[in-house]
Amino acid sequence: MKPPKFTYHAPRTVEEALQLLAEHSTDAKILAGGQSLLPVMAMRLAAPAHLIDINRLEELSGVEVDEDGVTVQALARHAHVEAHEGVRRRVPILAEALRWVAHPAIRNRGTTVGSLTHADPSAEMPAMLALLGGSVVARSTEGERVLPAEEFFVGPMESALRYDELALAARFPAPPTRSGACFDEIARRHGDYAMCGTGTMVTLNDAGRVESLTMSFVSVGDVPEVYDLSPLVAGAAADEVDLTAVGERAAEMIDPPADLHATADFRRHLATVLARRTTRTALGRARRAASGAQELRDEEQV
Amino acid sequence: MTTRSMGEPVKRVEDPRLVTGKGRYVDDIGDARTLHAAFVRSPHARALIRDIDPFEAYEVEGVVGVFTWDDLEGALAEPLPVLIPHPDLTHARTGYPLAKDRVNHVGEPVAMVVATDRYVAEDAAGLVRVDYDVLEPVVGIEKSAAATLLVHDDVPGNVAAVSTQSYGDAAAAVAAAPHRLTFEWDIERSACMPMEGKGVHAKWDSDEERLTLWTSTQTSTGVRGAVSAKLGLELTQVDVITPDVGGGFGVKIVHPWPEELMVPWAAIRLNRPVKWTEDRREHFVSSAHERAQLLTVGVGFDDDGKVLGLEVDILHDHGAYIPYGLIVPINSSTQLLGPYHPGAYRVTFTSLYTNTVIVTPYRGAGRPQGVYAMERTMDRIAQYLGKDRMAVREANFIQPDEFPVDFGLMFQDGRPLRYDSGNYPEMAEKLKSLIDWDDFEQTRASAAAEGRKLGIGVGFYVEGTGPGPYEGGHVQVLTSGKVKVSTGLTSQGQGHQTAFAQVVADELGVPFEDVVVTTGDTRRFGYSVGTFASRGAVMSGNAVALAARKVRERALAVASDALEVDVEDLELVDGKVRVKGDPSSEIPLGTVAVLSNPLRYAFDEASKAATQFAGTTDFSKPPVEPGGKPGLDDSDYYSPAYSTFAAGAHAAIVETDPETAEIKILKYAVVHDCGKIINPRIVEGQIHGGVAQGVAGALYEIMAYDEAGQLTNASFMDFLMPYASEVPHGIEIDHLETPSTLNPLGVKGAGEAGVIPTSAVIASAIEDAERMPIVRMPISPSELFDLRRRPREVEPLVNTMPGGAVATWIDPRSVADATSQNPTTTDVPANSRAKKESE
Amino acid sequence: MSEQTAEVRLRVNGIPYLREIPVRRTLCDVLRMDLELTGTHVGCEHGVCGACTILLDGEPVRSCLLLGVTVDGHDITTVEGLTEDDGRLSPVQQAFVDCHGLQCGFCTPGFLTTISSFIEENPEPTEEEAREAVSGNLCRCTGYQNIVASVLRAAEIARERSSETTEEVSTR
Repeated sequence: MKPPKFTYHAPRTVEEALQLLAEHSTDAKILAGGQSLLPVMAMRLAAPAHLIDINRLEELSGVEVDEDGVTVQALARHAHVEAHEGVRRRVPILAEALRWVAHPAIRNRGTTVGSLTHADPSAEMPAMLALLGGSVVARSTEGERVLPAEEFFVGPMESALRYDELALAARFPAPPTRSGACFDEIARRHGDYAMCGTGTMVTLNDAGRVESLTMSFVSVGDVPEVYDLSPLVAGAAADEVDLTAVGERAAEMIDPPADLHATADFRRHLATVLARRTTRTALGRARRAASGAQELRDEEQV
Repeated sequence: MTTRSMGEPVKRVEDPRLVTGKGRYVDDIGDARTLHAAFVRSPHARALIRDIDPFEAYEVEGVVGVFTWDDLEGALAEPLPVLIPHPDLTHARTGYPLAKDRVNHVGEPVAMVVATDRYVAEDAAGLVRVDYDVLEPVVGIEKSAAATLLVHDDVPGNVAAVSTQSYGDAAAAVAAAPHRLTFEWDIERSACMPMEGKGVHAKWDSDEERLTLWTSTQTSTGVRGAVSAKLGLELTQVDVITPDVGGGFGVKIVHPWPEELMVPWAAIRLNRPVKWTEDRREHFVSSAHERAQLLTVGVGFDDDGKVLGLEVDILHDHGAYIPYGLIVPINSSTQLLGPYHPGAYRVTFTSLYTNTVIVTPYRGAGRPQGVYAMERTMDRIAQYLGKDRMAVREANFIQPDEFPVDFGLMFQDGRPLRYDSGNYPEMAEKLKSLIDWDDFEQTRASAAAEGRKLGIGVGFYVEGTGPGPYEGGHVQVLTSGKVKVSTGLTSQGQGHQTAFAQVVADELGVPFEDVVVTTGDTRRFGYSVGTFASRGAVMSGNAVALAARKVRERALAVASDALEVDVEDLELVDGKVRVKGDPSSEIPLGTVAVLSNPLRYAFDEASKAATQFAGTTDFSKPPVEPGGKPGLDDSDYYSPAYSTFAAGAHAAIVETDPETAEIKILKYAVVHDCGKIINPRIVEGQIHGGVAQGVAGALYEIMAYDEAGQLTNASFMDFLMPYASEVPHGIEIDHLETPSTLNPLGVKGAGEAGVIPTSAVIASAIEDAERMPIVRMPISPSELFDLRRRPREVEPLVNTMPGGAVATWIDPRSVADATSQNPTTTDVPANSRAKKESE
Repeated sequence: MSEQTAEVRLRVNGIPYLREIPVRRTLCDVLRMDLELTGTHVGCEHGVCGACTILLDGEPVRSCLLLGVTVDGHDITTVEGLTEDDGRLSPVQQAFVDCHGLQCGFCTPGFLTTISSFIEENPEPTEEEAREAVSGNLCRCTGYQNIVASVLRAAEIARERSSETTEEVSTR
């Protein structure tokens, strides 16, 4: 299981990398973390003629946190993002979901942006980008563009990146105030791809009632979608939300596939269970966030 | 006083080397001159080969040769051997080292490429053009048994063998019994999956005309025999050295693998060392699998649950070829008996060919399937009668005073099935205590109050271990006082170098640290069978003990001459011979070694004492007595008339999640009898490892073949071997020792114990939790979810635990019907073996 | 296409190496073939089994999922580098010997590097944390019970040794 031959490039600047992409485009693949690419090359299921290794682009390894969210650059490793104090504070669900990505040794090398461009429907990061309403910054020699999540994932293992584009960074907006989010998944073994995973975001209004409830799933469709269950629960008090109804509604909205590890029905069932569980936890977190925000406002008024 | 070593949890001598990265596995061997092989393997499950064109492969820089069957001559061009012939194996078919004109499973080797490194070899292998006529394959037991399509044109019905083991008239006994039940049991394929795959490194010395072969094998002498026969060499021209081996579990007992022949053949032809290291993908599709069987049971029993008659029909999936013969289903059909002695017994198995990877032993080797059938049947009998599952088993146990028990059946060693010793009632008592069997209802009730669903299961087994024909040991005391021991069988992590040193240290009276053991090297010991069937400690442990006893006898004789004292007055303690009760008289064993070899020439200080003028000679006797020999070393062999029978019992408490159907093992208990124990730490390690594979086989591992014969989960991503998170968090172990009556050390085998009853135990526990029949294993949460949703036409199964609700009798037909699992959804995977609705 | 090569500088177990290697050669193959450090083993070549785990700049990674050329200029620790300079076994190595944490030894190097890094960050792990820490490496022989015990024992030995050093320092 040795990789086939390729021409190797190790650009020292982003510009160089973009030039190479422009030149070799469909014959080239970017090597960042390599945790998804190398197994596929070892099995000789992919044989890119050119490999552009961006691991020397130190300037792309940052994680920037501001009031509005988190920007994860191309070379930021999952482990770095997950452990980042700012990420845990501003977008805690991102850190929570990252803990489910494979195993620590994989997270030490794999990149969050890389996982997004890989666009595997069984991966956690695409679902997070969708749920948080994030976007990917793509650059080529022609210029730069920002692709929101709903445009970024085109099909299973297929992103909207053009062959000459490099994904420079991913933006994960922070949830609004008075929000709580929760990610959970059920896999066959510790660290495996999920049979089903669910990310849920709840936002309360200033009266403590549900304003919005959105959900995104892992391993349930070809591309991550955001399901809006707000109409079902809008206006309910946080502790009065009918979780059973939420679970049933979620099940109705999705059309999961079958595979070796789970039938479609079982996936749907797990989605129901996870929808309930993550909504319960997200509601609790939203309430804490809301009372925290209330305290802050009270302090400010004093 | 020598510290006694046998029975002590001595730390392993293998470890310091292995933990510092100084292990030497087959891929670690080689240098810049070594060439590397890669194989072109069939992508089709069944096809005719029209043409093989290596032209493009030869264009790759670094390629030295591309070979096909057309290049083979003589014995090498003939089919691979049937290692274990059997009169019932009427239609044995094996493959060729490289496919001749057809292929019968995905992964079958078709061509070999030899190149300067493995990367280049794989490049070239990808460029070999093979022209196939693809044929429809036969996949799965049902399709094979239906036989509308044949795997081998000259094997009618796809049947390699039909074989029956029986005593008494089972059919009559079942018919006449007060109660009768019938069910089907279903086990899926899994595989050994050692962390290191196969590998061969061959070196041909054209001057000496000697072949040296390093191979990751369980039998160095087996490989030597096969390689020399196939390559037209004398046995004495071939040395086979087993390096460190990264696990075997049975798959490496098969020999010769095609690669074990092709690699040395290439080394001779090219006059360069050649190496092949199997990668994980290859291991999935070209090594071996095991476990798949469909078992139909008919049982007749009385009001106590005592089995009066038992009839079992087994359909066994043997894969495309049958190089290892019928060992696996023979084990199923004999070890099915377990600790019981039914009134009358008949087990018939049909060995079927399919266009899939070959089936050869995997730890347990057919016993898990047999035990599954028997133990689940015991559960059903208990259900039917409303009795405690333990009580039904206890009513059926062979009692301690009945040993030895002769069954009138033929075991896998070609000898009568004869249990030597055991104490099953005591095993049951210990197990009940370990798992808190009698108090379980309370545990279940408290969990239920929290909304949790618990179940308890149990399984007993008997395992024939230490089959012959023999093993040998050689023990040599060096003039330094160090003791060198060698035995022919091989090691894959069982700690042989430690355990056998413990045995010899005690027999010889030398410090454990002074004993060094070599295994699996034909240069050091040439007569051996191999490591399989939990025979290492039994066979080689005893062989080295016997050899050590001969050396001890000789040492005392030599010392008695030197000290001019009777042998009876001497003792051997801490590596020194001395007169009993007189420490000042001692001679170090190393000196005795010097004296044992009368010399003309002294080459160092120590040897001076043995020269002819040294003054300790009895002139009436020749220096070497007739029939004697110089030196302080000797060999001996251990060859038993029968296998020795170990036994054990496992129990498990599982929790099933009412929502997600996830299955968790809360507690796992093992009571284990392997006779006398050499190293309890090593034995416990074997149990831990076996239980992990057992849990894997119960809850995680299958070989997912599709209808085209493609293995769809041929990677570690989808073949679910457990991590530490998936095995029980701790295993309670208790031991029982009923020494073997068949060997001087009283030991029985321990290697496979952990894996044999596990599927039965976990199925039993899930059934107890769910109140619903579990027939097929392994079971996943998705499958449990499906079962839960099936319409329940039948009464839920009864709880017969002590302290549980009063049991009610249920209609036997409803139990039998409940065991057919009719699919209600269309997205059941293609490898499913659900019974048809019409039944 | 001919085989493209590149020069790499690697610091492995504290020793600097300069080699010209094929660009497609994985790091585990570079260690084994070019540097003859065969302690790191190849179990699956798709990143799941963990036998190939080494420390890259101190962090555990799968060397089968890294190209040698990518880590040019970096620090690597393999199982051979865990043994202390005077030949004493490191706490993790000693723990495995004490607890019968290995049988065939093939998966062991990957566990040793993983656990060495883990106990540095977690000097007093609970049993649950210890089990979680090793739940990304496959072992087929031991069934993991003694490996979990080895993690706890390794932490214990590390604490013992560091307090010995403290004592030595304070008695000087």
